[in-house]
Amino acid sequence: MTTKKVRVATCSLAGCFGCHMSFLDMDEALIPLLDHIEFDRSPLTDIKTATRCDIGLIEGGLCNEENKEVLHQFREQCTYLVAVGACAINGGVPAMRNHLSVQACLEESYLDGLGVVDAQIPNDPELPALLPKVLPLQAEVAIDFFLPGCPPPAAAFLELVQAVLEQRAPNLDYASRRFD
Amino acid sequence: MSDQPQFQLDGQSIPFQPGDTIMQAAHRTGVYIPHLCFHPQFRAHGSCRLCVVHMQGKTVSACTQPASADLEVHSETTELRQLRLRLIQLLFAEGNHFCPSCETSGNCQLQALAYDLGMTHYHYDPFYPTRAPDGSHPDLFIDRDRCIQCDLCGRASEQADHKAIYLLAGRGQHTHVAFRSDDGELGSTQAQAEDRASHVCPVGCILPKSGNYPDIAGARLYDQIPIHAQGNHRRDEGGTHDD
Repeated sequence: MTTKKVRVATCSLAGCFGCHMSFLDMDEALIPLLDHIEFDRSPLTDIKTATRCDIGLIEGGLCNEENKEVLHQFREQCTYLVAVGACAINGGVPAMRNHLSVQACLEESYLDGLGVVDAQIPNDPELPALLPKVLPLQAEVAIDFFLPGCPPPAAAFLELVQAVLEQRAPNLDYASRRFD
Repeated sequence: MSDQPQFQLDGQSIPFQPGDTIMQAAHRTGVYIPHLCFHPQFRAHGSCRLCVVHMQGKTVSACTQPASADLEVHSETTELRQLRLRLIQLLFAEGNHFCPSCETSGNCQLQALAYDLGMTHYHYDPFYPTRAPDGSHPDLFIDRDRCIQCDLCGRASEQADHKAIYLLAGRGQHTHVAFRSDDGELGSTQAQAEDRASHVCPVGCILPKSGNYPDIAGARLYDQIPIHAQGNHRRDEGGTHDD
């Protein structure tokens, strides 16, 4: 096992942060792990921009232009880029909008939806433009490892990190290969 | 019976009866060959290709290949496992399979084979087809996003229910499960929730409108035991499952 700490960046794109919660679900296994890893950009650290990292964990698919930009930053900075969870792997629940137009989705949410008050489609220029379809990460960049699941079980995260520490490919057992 | 003809499947002797396919003989002997469209009670369809085996230099589907004496058949090879993984990934990429929101998750044969073959991702870009659902029937819901076009519903409807309600219509990427009724809706047919065809779907395409999500995660068919160790079961086939 390497003595240098493995640097880990994480982010959620078109995701729900459920995968991050599952990472934390390692519970007491996190404590010895922190002797071997350190966090870079992550909602756990509030660092906003990733620097050079060993592992990039990305939750969620790509639903807007900002997602694509962040993904490319991660790809550039991370030795191993990992698609974490159903949404990163196949778009997941957000991709259920893919058979509708973006305009139809916006109208349903902001104009015609139940209980909408002061109906208007948000148009602040700072809002990232939505992509025509929600895409999985591998549609945009090369992905090194995949952790399936909604969310992946904590054991899958642990196996991934341990595999990188031991400089081998992760080996997800049957219980860690879950799509739900 | 020592005088019964046999063939070799991965080095194991498999006895067969006249007219058996490789799959029928292996299934009766209790040796698992991965499959989705095969069901022992219905005519073979040969469409999912999951049951491909190597035999005398050829790659054939075990569910349509007649058994014959002294054949040497190979199924659990590295090459065939990789081929089956790609077939499963193609099926996932071709439809809209959102397991986290599917009632059949945990009891789904497509998902179970993906687990068993070690699938972690699609390999292919998802196709995201637009497929119309059908909610016209009072007791049944059709979610075509999940259909793998195995035609088990069509065969069960014809051969067990003697109604011939379900069929595959269209060609190529437009192939879809359809219903024999004037307006094309399931609600206009004689389909009933008790029909065999209503309970034979290996995925989550044909669903009852009530009583879904009966089992908690961890207690579903394929949560603990891989499909190769227990076979292709359907949770709601009244315990008869694949046998």
